[in-house]
Order: sequence, then C-alpha cells, then structure tokens
Amino acid sequence: MSTEETHGHGSTSASAEVAARVERRWATIAVVIIVMMALLAAFAGIHRATMPQPRVETTDPSRIHLSGEFIESNLGSVLEANGNVTVRAIGQQYSFTPACIVVPVDTPITLRATSADVVHGILVQGTNINTMLVPGYVSEQLMRFARTGDYLMPCQEFCSFGHEGMWGKVKVIDKTEFANRAKGGGRLSCVGQ
Amino acid sequence: MLVNRKLILAHFWLAFGVFGIALTLGAWQMFIRSPIGTWLSNPELYYRSLTAHGTVMGYVFPTLVAMGFGYAISESALQQRLVGVRWAWAGFWLIVAGSIMAVIPIALGRASVLYTFYPPLIGNVFYYLGVVLVVVGSWIWVALMSINLRVWRKANPGAAVPLAMFANVAGSYLWAWTAVGAALELLLQIIPVAAGLKATIDAGLARVFFSWTLHAIVYFWLMPTYIAYYTIVPRAIGGRVYSDSMARISFILFLVVAMPIGMHHTFADPQVGAGFKFIHSAFTALVALPTLLTVFTICASVEIAARLRGGRGMFGWIKTLPWDNPMMLALAFSFVMLGFGGAGGLINMSYQLDASIHNTQWITGHFHLIFGGAIVIMYFAIAYDLWPHLTGRELIDLRLIRTQLWLWFIGMIVTTFPWHWVGILGMPRRMAYFDFGDPAIAPQALSVTLSAIGGFILLTSGILFLVVLARGMRAPQADAGPYRFAVAVHQPVIVPVALNTHALWVALMIALTLTNYGYPILTLALTEGTSVPAVYVGAQ
Repeated sequence: MSTEETHGHGSTSASAEVAARVERRWATIAVVIIVMMALLAAFAGIHRATMPQPRVETTDPSRIHLSGEFIESNLGSVLEANGNVTVRAIGQQYSFTPACIVVPVDTPITLRATSADVVHGILVQGTNINTMLVPGYVSEQLMRFARTGDYLMPCQEFCSFGHEGMWGKVKVIDKTEFANRAKGGGRLSCVGQ
Repeated sequence: MLVNRKLILAHFWLAFGVFGIALTLGAWQMFIRSPIGTWLSNPELYYRSLTAHGTVMGYVFPTLVAMGFGYAISESALQQRLVGVRWAWAGFWLIVAGSIMAVIPIALGRASVLYTFYPPLIGNVFYYLGVVLVVVGSWIWVALMSINLRVWRKANPGAAVPLAMFANVAGSYLWAWTAVGAALELLLQIIPVAAGLKATIDAGLARVFFSWTLHAIVYFWLMPTYIAYYTIVPRAIGGRVYSDSMARISFILFLVVAMPIGMHHTFADPQVGAGFKFIHSAFTALVALPTLLTVFTICASVEIAARLRGGRGMFGWIKTLPWDNPMMLALAFSFVMLGFGGAGGLINMSYQLDASIHNTQWITGHFHLIFGGAIVIMYFAIAYDLWPHLTGRELIDLRLIRTQLWLWFIGMIVTTFPWHWVGILGMPRRMAYFDFGDPAIAPQALSVTLSAIGGFILLTSGILFLVVLARGMRAPQADAGPYRFAVAVHQPVIVPVALNTHALWVALMIALTLTNYGYPILTLALTEGTSVPAVYVGAQ
C-alpha cells in the first residue's frame, strides 16, 4: 500500500516499517491463539472427553405414544445386560416423563429422549448434561454421575406459557440398590417417591 | 456534509425511542422474576414482555441505528448527497409499519414466541409479517449504501474508498446475507403454517436456518461500534488510526467469517451431526481474529493520542488520555465489556465447555454484556458525537453525559456478572419465575436480586441518555462544522483492489456459507418424516 506522508509527527517510512512489524507480530500471536484453541477442541473431541451425538435419528412425535421405543411403558431407566443403564424420556408441555429419573451412581448411562410437541431442553443442574429435545428427532447423551443425590432437571428452552413450571428431577442412588430394584424387570423411575 | 439530517434524526429518534420502551420492559422482567418481586399470577405476561423486548432490541433498534449511521457516513465520508432519499424514507416507514404490525399481536398475547420464534410453536401470522417488513425496510438501506458507493466510485475512479464507508458497506452486505437464513425460515416454513396453509413444520431444519441469522446478526449489531472505534474515536480524542489497511482487513474478515459459524448455537441439537458442529466451532474461533486485531489497532491509536498529548513511559501515557472526553470514557468501558464478553464467547464456542452453560442464564448474561454493554455504549457515543451536527446545536452538559456512561457501565456489570454466575449454577433461561423457596434454588436468590438492581441502574442510565438527546434539540444553536472521520497515521492514497472493493469477499462469504450450511440444510430438507404438527400459541 502506498502512503501519503503528509502528516508530521515522525511519520517517515522508517516509522511505517516499525508500525508494520509490530502489527505483523501481533497478528501472528492472534493466529497462534486461534489455532491453539481449535486444536484443543479437536483434542478433547478425539479423546471423547465430551462429544456430540454421532448421528441424526428421527422419530414421529404424533405416533410416539402408539409404538416404538418412546411408548409410555418403555419410559424410565433399564439395566442392560452389560451393566450399563439406558434412560428413555420424553418432554411435553409442561413436564418430563418420567418426571423423576432414577439412575445408579458410577455407571455409564445413555439418555435417549425426544419431544412430543414443541422444542424443550434437558439440563441437569450441577453437571454438563445438557441437550435440546426437538420434536421429530431423538437426542442421545452419554452420562455418568460421580455422586449420589438429587439433581434438579429444568426444561432449558421456552416451550410456551407453562415453561417456568417444567422442572424434573434426577435421583442418583447406590449401585446395589438400583440393581435390587431392577430385578423385578420393567422400567424404573422415582415418580412419587 | 450532512444534508439529509431529518432522515438521520428520524432513524435515531425511532431507534432510541423503541430502545427506551424495550429497556423499561427489560427492567420490569428482571424485577418480576427476582426474589424482590412477587410471582406473576399470569406468567404469560412475562413472555409477552420478553417477546417485545427481544424483538425490539434484536431486530428494530440496532437496525435503525445502523441505517441512520449508515446514511450519515455515506453523506459525510463520501462528501456526496445521499442518492435515493425517497427510497430511504420508504425503508424507514416500512420499519415503522412492520414494528406496529408485529407489536399488536405480541401485546394481545397471540405471538408470545420470543424473538427466536422456534417452531413448532407458532404465533399470529402478523407478528412474522411485521418482522419481514422490518427486514425488507433494512434491505432498501443495503441497496442504497451499495448504490451510493457506486455513484461515488464513478466520480472518483481509482480513489481509495474512505474507511468509514468501506466498513459501512461491508456491514450492510453482511446484514443482507445473514438475514437470508431467517427469511428462508419465515417464508418457506413458518408463514405458510402461521397463515393456516400448512399444519406441519420441520422444527430441526428451522433451527438450522435460524442459526444462519442468529450468530452473524451479532456482527451486524457490532459494525457501527467497530466503525466508531476506527473512524470516530481517534479523531475525537486527538489521535490517529494506527493502520488503515489493518482496519480494512478486520472488516473484511468479519464479512467473510461471521456467517459460516452459526451452528455453534445448535451444539446441543439432535438434528445436526458431530462433524458440522466441529467445523462451525473451529470457524467460530476464527471470528475472534478480527476482534483481536481491532483491540491492537485501537489501543495503538489511543496510545498515539496520549503521546501527542505528552504521554511518556510504557504505561504512563494512559494517564494523559482525555478522560473527561465522553468518547474516551465510552471506548474504555466498551473495551472492558468486550474483554469479559469475548472471553465468555470463547467458552460458548467450544462444544465441551458450552455443554455446562448452554441455554442457561449464562447465555443471556453473555449477550447482554456484549450487545447491551460493549456495542450499545458505543451507539450512545455515536449519537453524542453526531448530535451537534444533526441538530445544529451543542451538547453542553458533558457531566451528565459522563454520568450516563458511568451508570450504563456499572449497571451492565452489576446486571451481567451475577447473571453469568447463576448460569454456571444451572439456572435455565426464559422463565417467568423461580421457586426461591426450594433449597436447591435458594442460593441463586442473591445473584438474581443483584441483577435486578443492575437492571434499574441501566434503566436510569437509559432515561438520562434520552434526556441528554432531548435537551440537545433545544440547546442554543452552534455550528459544529463539517462532520469528519479519523485519519490514519499513514493515510492511504492508492489501496489494493482487494482492500478497496467488496465483490471478492462477498463471493467468499456466500461460498463459505454454502459449504458450511449447504449440506446440513439439504440433508434435513430431503429427510422424510421430520415435519411435526404445529402448536399454535394461545390455542390451548
């Protein structure tokens, strides 16, 4: 770029060179910072620290109550043969089903959930469990609780006038207690407890 | 040379007038959902208010500021009467009509869908049509900015486009293209359903379309602020722009990389695959680059002003800055808020960290700090700087102006810092009230109360701002002289074509949007069975 040396204040070509050099140095630092951040995100992703669900699954919200994995009798927690737990839940205006989810501590858990009407969200307070429930699609999250106790689980997306009342709960209990309760088969929840 | 002062004043007054209304609603919302308010017997009123607040603050207010400022830049930077004044007025009245059309169903409780209007929740069709009219009005401005620059180029072949106009036109192109995402969502998906022509809608696809608009719109809001950083601040405090070419590169970078990054808003969504989430995350990191460059260039420009005033030493020069100058104060506040808000933004852009705060109060705190704080405080500064040139009267009470800026800064910090904190605790956003009696929620009560107090400090500052402007309309007449922009230390004479035109960068912007959005949109659109029944607001 050619410049016009009309302004005093030491604006010689030497000072222009210094200015350009300092500027280049800063631009380099800025680029390095950004590349570092992208690499960090890639590293965390490759090591599966936290990963988005790998594939997109669809479901028909107008039929979920009739057949498929989200029928009412299939909602709740189930102990799988390999010792892992699968939780199935739905969000609808203005509650989750089940409203209280029971899971064992220190166990890999897969949450599979969807919405029966509008967009909702599941957020478990004090954790990084956080996913949108978009009608038509199945959300899947892997989770694992390190401590027993009760966690609040509010809906985190506006879902119309009753949104402020849409709070669920997650109850994390002892592994053996969960195994005992799972013996009877069926789907577990802590609704009404 | 400011000829069409009435046009510019009309834009600013409408912008700041609706801003005042939306600010009042915001303060009420902060109060009513805090422990110092009592629970609303009808929570629906909260969502009406929130929809109005978001729609005005997101779509109407910044758009009018960008338009008014854009017309002022076009006339004063190009030294050329605005071409297409009638069209400009038509755009203005379209925005007036659109705003009224949108606000009536909101006030009646028939469009409480919030400004993000995520389907399948569907409000009254006139709300969406109103928003469309606002956008169409602003597109007239985009066309006028482009036409005015073209007319100037014909009269000044080969000359360097003044930096302010170069950036202004870049901002207008950015807006034109970023609005296309929401426009497609509205025209192809929502409006047919809202009008009753269709009963089902793909909610996942709609969220992807909206993310195309939702992130880059922030950079459209940011443009007037960055233009002020580069072309007003150095002149107002007696400095020089450190580097004209770096300024152009920053604006070009915003134009190119602001768009293909919006899917970081859908990190937690089930309808977007992991691969595109990573790509958008990496591109979001890239958009920090123009801001990092800007921080350097502006700090260096400010340092020039300080050294011209006799400043010495590594940091000693900071003392000699004109701190009683409102522009200096506004810039400093803006940078502090940009620093905190930007750091928060880096957290939001990484999938892993975002999972902890997605859709919590942290997010609301974040964009209020960036937009309401760093960006809007410079809107105030722009208005203060332009006002004497628009009214032909002096703004006398600098003390009141400084008080107003201080209050806005303090109010924004008091509001948003506790807001971020309760977000980390997991408090969800967009709720009309919280049960602070619940032992698990009780610890958040103090922070929410602090935020509400901050809201009232902001309201006080907003009222002071309007008072200053109104008094400026009646002050004694004084000739402020021609409106000038900052000059660079090395003022450009000939600028490389790449830094003097937009075509290449607009092409790159469109190409990157297509590569980063084309595939996800196409696959979602072609997937069968993803349309779900619409849920009409107020129908239950």
